[in-house]
Amino acid sequence: MKITESQVRYVADLANLKLADEEIGRLSKDLDEILTHIETLNELDTSNVQPMAQVSFDADESATLREDHERATLGNEAALANAPQPGSGYYKVPKVIER
Amino acid sequence: MSARLESAASLTIDQVREGLKSREFSAVELAESALEHAQQENSKTNAFLYFSTDRALAAAEHVDKKIAGGEDPGPLAGVPVAVKDVIVTKGVRTTCGSRMLEHYIPPYDATAVKRLEQAGGIIIGKTNCDEFAMGSSNENSAYGPVRNPAALDRVPGGSSGGSAAAVAQGSTVVALGSDTGGSIRQPASFCGVVGVTPTYGRVSRYGLVAFASSLDHIGPFGRTVRDAALLLQTIAGRDEMDATSAFAPVTNYLAQLDGKVSGMKIGLPSEYFEGLGSETGDLIQNGIKALKSLGCEAREISLPATKYAVACYYIIATAEASSNLARYDGVRYTIRSDGETLSDMYRATRGAGFGAECKRRIMLGTYVLSHGYYDAYYLKAQKVRSLIAEDFRRAFTEVDAIVSPVSPFPAFKLGEKLDDPLEMYLSDIYTITGDLAGIPCMSVPCGKTAAGLPVGMQILTRHFDEAGMFRLADAFEKAGGFAG
Repeated sequence: MKITESQVRYVADLANLKLADEEIGRLSKDLDEILTHIETLNELDTSNVQPMAQVSFDADESATLREDHERATLGNEAALANAPQPGSGYYKVPKVIER
Repeated sequence: MSARLESAASLTIDQVREGLKSREFSAVELAESALEHAQQENSKTNAFLYFSTDRALAAAEHVDKKIAGGEDPGPLAGVPVAVKDVIVTKGVRTTCGSRMLEHYIPPYDATAVKRLEQAGGIIIGKTNCDEFAMGSSNENSAYGPVRNPAALDRVPGGSSGGSAAAVAQGSTVVALGSDTGGSIRQPASFCGVVGVTPTYGRVSRYGLVAFASSLDHIGPFGRTVRDAALLLQTIAGRDEMDATSAFAPVTNYLAQLDGKVSGMKIGLPSEYFEGLGSETGDLIQNGIKALKSLGCEAREISLPATKYAVACYYIIATAEASSNLARYDGVRYTIRSDGETLSDMYRATRGAGFGAECKRRIMLGTYVLSHGYYDAYYLKAQKVRSLIAEDFRRAFTEVDAIVSPVSPFPAFKLGEKLDDPLEMYLSDIYTITGDLAGIPCMSVPCGKTAAGLPVGMQILTRHFDEAGMFRLADAFEKAGGFAG
């Protein structure tokens, strides 16, 4: 076993996912299979290989820096239009600070 | 309505231009007939999630006015277009095939959308797809699967299955899709249309809902190579709103469709011809014969890191996805489930809003990035990615293009592979490598199986050599390669 049910529960916690017990069972099996396949990467000696951090780039590092001009932003109303619970120009969430 | 307009959007872009110019039909008439066709077909294929009727008719009126006023209406004037529902459209619902965004109305347009409308294109609707573009069959959509227009009991491929189907069924002339691991080429192959994944950074991704940022691309579908090339032409090029969009000038692709492929060196990677379904293998071999008869020189090459591509991809793609999808937490995006604390609310919202495949990938991505595993998984995968890119770099010192199958098999039946995620992932082997290397690649129709199922041939070229790729695909298409 590459991954146990208790590890799956721990990862679900990290990922902020509430999962039903049957989902945990199913995911344990699926992730175990996938992680077993992923182990094939260990056949490759990569000790002298640089990681590929950039896909392709044809310009120097400063090329994407633009002039620092003021420009219009989305605006409060548009930014909140899709919020499930907007209020007084803010996003409302359950209380996080006791006073 | 003229006889020609009855077939509505089964025209090519050039035929639309001629029809508008000769006043055979107006842009509004064409848009109306495309909408009617798409709506009728939807009960069969479920290709569309939403029809943007008002926006389409307003855009078509604008084109008609320009024509009446003697102005240039643009290279895509009046052309009906479908847009995958992971690409945002201002004021037009964009769901990403997810319950999480069921009611999401974007406040802005993607750059690709803006550019194709500025060129006169008419967006008639948003197409169905796997949830957040995660899947190879379109069965992961929260709004039901798309059915393949060529065989309604089969999948259209994924994740851009709705866009491929919309073009294949003749509802639109072209469509936009997105590709992270094959999501344009594989459905193009399954549905029998042309699908293009341009070089990474060739098309701005501003407004493409992020799945895996180092792999995501926007690209076109068409029924002909020329139409797909023309759509790419209008959307490609540097965009200030996407820092990863490339500065390289955009070639005039249409000028390259000159049939001059004699002497072109074609590499056939031996690793891509193992384990092929026999009919797929025969069709691709026929296609290679057609290329040789056009004067191309074919030679066997090796891309030895290929067998590690799926493992490499599912680490990188899921790691990036787990970060990108963290934003759907019940605060900003339309859906919220109740929870006593903030943390309970996040968890409940995400547990209810995401489907099974998204959860699987978020979990895998979170696991490989979690404390203590980074070196073993993510760093290792990035190194293997270097080896895959190096394979291509080396191959392109010897050959001008690489030709291979797109998928080991043609469209499979709905439900057939749903219970085995690993098998589904492994079937992406031939398309994943191009995304990992960031090179341009496409699927061009290469005949049909005895049962009438389309099979696509993949062409891959060097970074930013879309022109060479289109030249070869166009010559192949004109030689009747698609007839099998």
